[in-house]
Amino acid sequence: MNLATFWFILIAVLWSGYFVLEGFDFGVGILLPFLGRDDTERRVLVNTIGPVWDGNEVWLLTAGGATFAAFPLWYASMFSGFYLALLLILAALIVRGVCFEFRSKVDSPRWRASWDRAIFAGSALPALLWGVAFANIVRGVPLNAQHVYTGNLLTLLNWYGLLGGLVTLSLFTLHGAIFLGLRTTGELRRRAKRAATGTALAAVPLAAIFLAVTQVSHGKPATDVTAALAAVALIGGAAAALRGREGWAFVGTALTLVLAVATLFGDLWPNVFPSSTSAAYSLTVNNASSAHYTLVVMSWVAVIFTPVVLAYQGWSYWVFRQRLSPSDIGSKQTPPVSGPDTMKSVGGRS
Amino acid sequence: MTVLELSRWQFGITTVYHFIFVPLTIGLSLVVACMQTAWLIRKDPVYLRMTKFFGKIFLINFAVGVVTGIVQEFQFGMNWSAYSQFVGNVFGAPLAMEALLAFFMESTFIGLWIFGWNRLSPRVHLATIWVAAIGTSLSAYFILAANSWMQHPVGYKVIPGTHKVVLTSIWALLTNSTALAAWPHVFFASLVVTGGVLIAVCAWHVARNNQLEVFRRGLRIGLALTLAAGIVTAVTGDIQARLMDSQQPMKMAAAEALYNTSDSASFSLFTIGSLNGSKELWSIRVPDLLSLIATLNPHGTVQGINNVEAAYAKKYGPGQYKPIIPVTYWAFRLMAGLGLLAALLAAAGLWLTRRRRIPRSRWFYRVALWGLALPYLATTTGWIFTEMGRQPWTVFGLLTTAQSVSAGVTASSVIISLTVFTLLYAGLAAIAGWLMVRHVKEGAPVEAEQPGAPEPLPVFQY
Repeated sequence: MNLATFWFILIAVLWSGYFVLEGFDFGVGILLPFLGRDDTERRVLVNTIGPVWDGNEVWLLTAGGATFAAFPLWYASMFSGFYLALLLILAALIVRGVCFEFRSKVDSPRWRASWDRAIFAGSALPALLWGVAFANIVRGVPLNAQHVYTGNLLTLLNWYGLLGGLVTLSLFTLHGAIFLGLRTTGELRRRAKRAATGTALAAVPLAAIFLAVTQVSHGKPATDVTAALAAVALIGGAAAALRGREGWAFVGTALTLVLAVATLFGDLWPNVFPSSTSAAYSLTVNNASSAHYTLVVMSWVAVIFTPVVLAYQGWSYWVFRQRLSPSDIGSKQTPPVSGPDTMKSVGGRS
Repeated sequence: MTVLELSRWQFGITTVYHFIFVPLTIGLSLVVACMQTAWLIRKDPVYLRMTKFFGKIFLINFAVGVVTGIVQEFQFGMNWSAYSQFVGNVFGAPLAMEALLAFFMESTFIGLWIFGWNRLSPRVHLATIWVAAIGTSLSAYFILAANSWMQHPVGYKVIPGTHKVVLTSIWALLTNSTALAAWPHVFFASLVVTGGVLIAVCAWHVARNNQLEVFRRGLRIGLALTLAAGIVTAVTGDIQARLMDSQQPMKMAAAEALYNTSDSASFSLFTIGSLNGSKELWSIRVPDLLSLIATLNPHGTVQGINNVEAAYAKKYGPGQYKPIIPVTYWAFRLMAGLGLLAALLAAAGLWLTRRRRIPRSRWFYRVALWGLALPYLATTTGWIFTEMGRQPWTVFGLLTTAQSVSAGVTASSVIISLTVFTLLYAGLAAIAGWLMVRHVKEGAPVEAEQPGAPEPLPVFQY
């Protein structure tokens, strides 16, 4: 395996990480208006992802930065080619990012309802568009001999691309519903379970059709295996969700996302950005990659620091593992002031 | 307008806007970390109130800084794909390192800090804000190393015939003299901005006799920070000037609109008239100062725009090699002048508030409040000077801005994105500004604390 292929795999790992982690917080954003019936409940839902969503989003920035460093030509062609689609994603991520911080700052129902709608739109739009983008990458897009994209935004909205979008949208929603089942209690947890069941009815057939179509037209023996395993993981996850085994269900949907990304990247290889105009114009692992020295440097950086990142992000999830419930919000008290020794502040914020 | 002009406007607008929020993130993360440390060591509840009060300003500011930062990374590929292809081998490395080494750390630990108040022990919780603050400054270093490579490329070679550069030494790139000088300048300028925010916020309350135990102390901290950081910013800027004179002589000449090479060059504080090299109408000049800044010698030679341009035409082929002179001339003056004015005013403020004095004059509070504009304008014009002064190059001596723009992107696409970003950013600025003012006016209430709860409760911060 050469270094360029190693980096191709590493970028697949970064996208898997991004979809597994931001996938559930997109799902929570999408489910927010449906599962939370009053402001207290919606606050519980937002706070389940509160400490971690920002760290999750850095996986995207790292995937972008890694693509820039390891495959500059891929980065250049894809980001300029998908210009308006990326603009939509960026606008959604911008709005969504400030929502979480701004929502809580004003205690007014209208203010909060507006931000709730923005959180929903800012989560649903990228959840859909990432699937559209990846389906089109696998399918191939019109690229000329200079690897410049010659289509427009509508070129991407073909039936296969849209199917891919519905798959990520429904998978992320399911993943988020299962995550909420793990992180809430009582009535919210029951509603999350019902939402998981309902979403699974859409996600399982959509994903199965998408994977089958993908494998028929772009498959290889190795990715037939990962695609089949993705389907098994999804069905297993959905079944576990149905029986209330939230932990196993979460493992199931997380594995589904990892295996689906592995399938798509496996189908792509050795291409990274295939041209539908002519196979000769495709960007491949070899013609799009950086020179050897850059890849060596970046490999050392990645090998040393990725485990460190995983360790502290894992620790952060461990710290905030506790289930949240609406009754916890009511427990705020205003006892007398004391020094830091007895510091068990309830936060003082609301 | 062409795709090139539109893309330049978009990059300018999004970058200037992003950097409104960056300095306060860099500076206030450290200041809040210091306040929380002081609280833990001295057990003085005033420091806890400061930590929480300024922590909230920090978080509102941080949220906007983060979301506008995502655009920065994406638009190299979106709008400048020819640039990305040309430099990706070199420039992509510090960007990827920034994400992996710094931004992950910053984001994860800020999450831990916001939500960790009663889930972590006081010491561990304190450590999370320090790690986040260090991550923020580290992040700035990688970004400045990437930018410095564009100002003064090192550690690379051009592959003949492919129109591509490749990295030959990551160490050379990370220890670029330009980056080593730029980081402290940006870091201390960020502290000046932070000091300005402390002064404005605290003076507003001191003027109203609100919670003096918090805001009088905060005001003194802000004044001292602005003065001290202002002095270091001036010194580091001075070091940068000499590097610039040897690395980018055109930028130095453009900073003074000096057209012809001169010995004992004077520095004009102010000029009325056109800056096109013809006789100016009126100016105030300090003799020998430009030579002194550029060469440390009052009689040193400073190269003029015409001379540098002739030399470049010989080296890089015929063409225009000068930036827009009025922009560089005035941006340089505003950066240095407004920055120094902020430091001087802070010195006066320290004197007026000596030995627990509370100034009575309404002017003190007006200046303290509106003086907040000074460091913000200085950092903004500083970046405008640095980036506009490098023109027509994106990578000095290697690639021009005109060669950098995306080939496949249409003008209508860029008009759409320029409109979306400008409107979205304006909306965000209005909301974030309104939220901050609202929070500031609420003041820093006495922190409610619950003695010894047996089980830490889940935390709701949103």
